This record gives sequence, structure tokens and C-alpha cells, in this order.
Amino acid sequence: MSRERLDCHRLLCPMPVIKTQDRIATMQPGDELEVVCTDPGALNDIPAWSRINGHQVLETTTRDGEYIVVVRVCQE
Amino acid sequence: MTQRKAVALISGGLDSLLAVRVMQEQGIHVEGINFFTGFCVEGHTHAIRKKDQKKPKRNNALWCAEQLGIKLHIIDIIDEYKQVVFNPKHGYGANLNPCLDCKVFMVKKAKEWMQAHGFDFIISGEVVGQRPMSQRKDTMPVVQRESGIDDRLLRPLSGKNLPPTLPEREGWISRDGLYDFSGRSRKPQMALAKQFGFEDYAQPAGGCCFLTDAQYSVKLADLWNSRGSKEYELDDIMLLKVGRHIRPATHYKLIVAREEGESNFLKGYKKQYPHMRCTSHGGPLTLIDGDMSEDELQQAARIVARYSQGKNTPQVELEFVTIAGEVTPMSVEPMPPAEIPKEWVL
Ligand code: SF4
Repeated sequence: MSRERLDCHRLLCPMPVIKTQDRIATMQPGDELEVVCTDPGALNDIPAWSRINGHQVLETTTRDGEYIVVVRVCQE
Repeated sequence: MTQRKAVALISGGLDSLLAVRVMQEQGIHVEGINFFTGFCVEGHTHAIRKKDQKKPKRNNALWCAEQLGIKLHIIDIIDEYKQVVFNPKHGYGANLNPCLDCKVFMVKKAKEWMQAHGFDFIISGEVVGQRPMSQRKDTMPVVQRESGIDDRLLRPLSGKNLPPTLPEREGWISRDGLYDFSGRSRKPQMALAKQFGFEDYAQPAGGCCFLTDAQYSVKLADLWNSRGSKEYELDDIMLLKVGRHIRPATHYKLIVAREEGESNFLKGYKKQYPHMRCTSHGGPLTLIDGDMSEDELQQAARIVARYSQGKNTPQVELEFVTIAGEVTPMSVEPMPPAEIPKEWVL
């Protein structure tokens, strides 16, 4: 089980979602991905993407203009 | 009987939402595919502007998928799509929108995905006669032929007006369950949405991307003209969606934020573009795209000052900051609006 970080600074939606989707495709169930974005849209889109694809959002935080979403990879 | 699988082109609008629902009613397993060209109109692109930030910031394609309970695969086609924008075989629509080539390209990409993932056919929410270029009775077969998908492309909302497709002939679905919508009226779609219980769906005016927007197309044409060739990077086309673009000369332009939300957004580009900001008064952040002479630097500063809160004062202090962060203080007289030719403002 591992935790990875994905830097999505300056990327506008849907790019953070696409990056999240592509990274998660390479990860194992139980792994966690911390996505760090500057587009607040990510706070809606990454959880929506996670719900429809069966992954779990562990937390969403906002600090200093950064929006962070932590996703746990679940079995497809 | 094996459950048949279809991949649906999901734009985020009502038509694709309904088309999928109609197929689900017939027991088809559907997954969605959404292509990101860089020009797509997204709720949050508008939400860069502070005044728009209260509107819900949702991605309509994801929202549709969630309503439908289907998976959605979002695919970045930014680089490959450039050829479609540069050289559309079938030309442009009213603006720089290459709709017919765009449709062919997307169906071709969806076909590759379909084959790679063992799906049986493609569905799209297109309606005969709805759009002047890509959704005409004579252009719809062009999409099938040139993409190579032939009769594995089904348009459930107009199916009864079109020749039977493979899924119908093979009995995977029943033609009776398809619809016969045509033309520009949205009423039948709205009635069907009501029947299925869909509310709060997106109703985009015009096309699904910025290339159908006249002002956006002017800015894109200007970008190509100034560079001497049709080319762009993702940052270029993103920046065309933001700010006031002013081009005093072919070799440089200013991107002036119109309000605070845009200033914040443009700040993210300070490491890629030199910028100017007012220090004596409140004023917009301005990026500079291109190289300038000393005189032009003065000219640019006077334009920026004109958009600051010091526009009616004799002197405005500014800073010019290079990509490396070197700061040059400047003091200029704001340019009177009458001195800014209309042609400069794109
Ligand atoms: S409006 Fe844009 S995305 Fe839609 S078909 Fe035309 S070119 Fe393609």
C-alpha cells in the first residue's frame, strides 16, 4: 500500500480529473493518491469522478489557494 | 444472451444524457467517453471570473454520468486535435469551428476505444437537422464513412429517421424503442427529459466548444496571424478565454485581467510571461505575450495604467516584472481611451 502525490498546480478542469484518472489506472486497490490543485473546480470534479468510478474520497481540504483531494483506490 | 456494450459520446448536454438513457432502457451496458480538446466550454472556465463564482462549478459530463450511473472515461486529445483545427477537410462553420471534421475525429477515437475494450457499438446524442454543419441528413453518413465506424454508430434520438444500424439488424436493440426527433426544436428532448425525471441538465447555447464563439475565434485567428502560422499550445488557448486582449503590434499583445478573479488566474502564469502591475493604484494584472522595444514598453505601461484606478490621474506607478522576477519600476501617464484604436482590442 502506498501514498502518491499528484501535482496539478495551474491545471484547469478537467485536466486534474484526467491526470487523476490516468494515475489511478497505474495504482493498486488500497493505495492513496493526494491530488493538489489550484482550480477549485477540482473539489467537485475529483469526488464526482471517484463516485462514478467506485473510488473513495478520504478528505478534501483548502489551504492558501490550494485544493487538496485524497482518493483511496478501490477495486473496480 | 450476452449483454451488449455500447460506448457513448458524452458532451455533457441533454442529448447525450437522453441517448444513453434510451439505450439503458433496452438493457445495453453503457459507458461514456468524453474528449477534452482544450476548447471545451466548462462551467469552471467561466468561474474564473469572480462574479460567476457563485454558480455551481460542475463538470457536466461527469454530472451526466453520475445521473446515468455509468462510468466516464475522459480523454485528453489536445495534441492530436490540433490537426483538426488547423486543416479541416470539410472547412469551418460560421466561426473557427470545424464541426464535421471534429465529429469524424471523435467517432474515430471512440471506435479505437470501443475495439480496445471489447465494446460492440457507439451511441451519440445527435439529432438530424439540429446543427447546421455536422448534424444534417447528408453529413451524418460522412461521419460514419470517414471514421470507419459504418453501421456501428447509433443515434437513438433520431434512429427512426435513419437507416437501420447493425445493433438493430442483429436484434441487440429494438428499433421501436428509438425516437424520431429532428430539427432544431428542443421541445421533444425536454419532454423526454421530464419523462425520465431529469432536471437541472445543462442547456448549452450554440455549440459545445469555444470555437463556435465569434469573439474567441477572432482572438485565435489573431494568434495565428501574429505567429505567422497556425499553431497553439494549451496555455495559449486557455488564455484566450480570459481577460481583455489588446494587440498594439503584431509581435506583442497584452492580456489585461478584467477583474479580481481573472487577476488571480493570470498570476499563475507569471513564470511563463512577463507581467505588469500597478503599485500606486489598484489595477489589473497584465501579462505580456511577445517581445517589446523600450518605446513599446512605455506604450504598454500607459495602456495598463488606463485600466487602473489611477486612469484619471496624471501619473501612475507600475512595475514591469520579467519571467526571472527582475523588477523595473515605471511611471507613466495613462493613455486616454481615445488613443487606443479599436482594432487593438480583440
Ligand atoms: S462545436 Fe466544437 S466540439 Fe462541438 S462539434 Fe463543433 S468543433 Fe466539435
